[in-house]
Amino acid sequence: MMRAVILAAPSVDALDNPALSALLGLIVITLIMTLGVMFATWYERKAVARMQQRLGPMRVGPWGLLQPIADTLKLVSKEGVRPASADRIAWDLSLAAIFVPAFLVLVAIPFTADWFVSPMDLSLLYILAVGGLSFIGFLLAGWGSDNKYALLGGMRAAAQLISYEIPMILSMLAVVMVVGSADVYRIILYQDVVPLIVWQPLAFIIFLTATIAELERQPFDIPTGESEVAGGVFIEYSGIRWSLFQLTGYVNMYAYSLLGAFVFLGGWEWPFGTDIGWGYQLLLTMVKMALFIVFFLWVRTSFPRLRVDQLMSYAWKVLLPFALAQIFLNGLVLVYDLPDVVLLATSGGGALALCWLVYSVVRVKPRQPLRMVGNVPATAPGSVSG
Amino acid sequence: MPFEALLENYLAVFLATIVGTILVATALIGTRILAPYSKDRAKVTSYECGMVPIGRTRAQIHVRYYLFAILFLIFDVEAIFLFPWAVNVAQASHSAFWAMVLFIGILAAGLGYAWRKGVLQWNR
Repeated sequence: MMRAVILAAPSVDALDNPALSALLGLIVITLIMTLGVMFATWYERKAVARMQQRLGPMRVGPWGLLQPIADTLKLVSKEGVRPASADRIAWDLSLAAIFVPAFLVLVAIPFTADWFVSPMDLSLLYILAVGGLSFIGFLLAGWGSDNKYALLGGMRAAAQLISYEIPMILSMLAVVMVVGSADVYRIILYQDVVPLIVWQPLAFIIFLTATIAELERQPFDIPTGESEVAGGVFIEYSGIRWSLFQLTGYVNMYAYSLLGAFVFLGGWEWPFGTDIGWGYQLLLTMVKMALFIVFFLWVRTSFPRLRVDQLMSYAWKVLLPFALAQIFLNGLVLVYDLPDVVLLATSGGGALALCWLVYSVVRVKPRQPLRMVGNVPATAPGSVSG
Repeated sequence: MPFEALLENYLAVFLATIVGTILVATALIGTRILAPYSKDRAKVTSYECGMVPIGRTRAQIHVRYYLFAILFLIFDVEAIFLFPWAVNVAQASHSAFWAMVLFIGILAAGLGYAWRKGVLQWNR
């Protein structure tokens, strides 16, 4: 009976049927995602070029705005070469294993107070769980390519992604403790007066660092470093397959930026409240998301690539203890009903300690005069630090 | 109705899995139709240095990757345990808090042991 009604008048009853409304939402998301990624490729090239005092794409369309369309046409019509010795199933399955989790994350994201694909009670946990699946795709691609660089790159990608997964989950856990809910929607509503970055600066810094590592963006692009593993898992992929990897990277960038904007910067709630209408809410969300993206690009142009041992040490020896300390301090404040200012004081102190630790390791030491042994310079003692 | 609540929350996820797979499949079929294709023996060798690679590609992987994977498993399971506690910690009793601190402390001690043993050092 119900089904017959829907078939007869889809425009009227479409939004009453959860499956149809979800499907509609997914179609909208697919369109936004494709356009957004095309814009992001153009914007990244343009912004990085300006930071390096170049012009970036200028030829195709005004300010090179049509460049992504030309790139898409080129990539779709490019031959996809598969090595004869590659594992056929793992080779193509890896694309789905990387792309589908990135797509699934978008389902749980509340873009405005009224518009999201699916309401979910545990959306933060869901986003973290599904977002953490992508390393399987990198492993599959590395294994399936039958190439030593690809295998090394896939292994490195897996090691890096699982290592930075832990600090990211724990920093989110600290926020969940303060809010008392693992629903992104409730976390946004909680921040109607003060955004959570004020109460949890240490968790924010950990989240930001772990996000750059999860996205495999520079300076954490060790799995795909051109000078070390010749592009890592991407080495054998060409044409549309390669562009699917890139697409997924940008979708993940959008998703994690949105997550950061919602969880730490107050999303569409702070500072104007829920009643300003969906247009302004969407604008506010986009502005906060853009802050994250510009920050990623800025970091990309500013820092050289880390070494792999520095990367792993930073995740396990610095970020993880700090995240555990943040959770302990939050628990102390919440259980003993201390005022919120203590939350700011402990987390801010932790953030300062973390910044000082990083600074003391990476700062440029004053150059020492060369000691000569005979007529060869002796190697400077203690110049390398882990 | 737990099943209907599950359906309400995760129907869209199920659909998104299908739609995502269809998107990937469309891209692969599309490139099969649109892109030119020619067979060449040199073209389908591994992209390494122009020669046929020597030795097996599926080489043995250093043991440190497995050690980090084990550590990851431990702390990921810990995070899952912590989530229900974290949601309710503001209303929880003092003993519930200190019990969880003991749990985290044991894991932190494990991390310290791994650190001491040099597991966290990549280039030994």
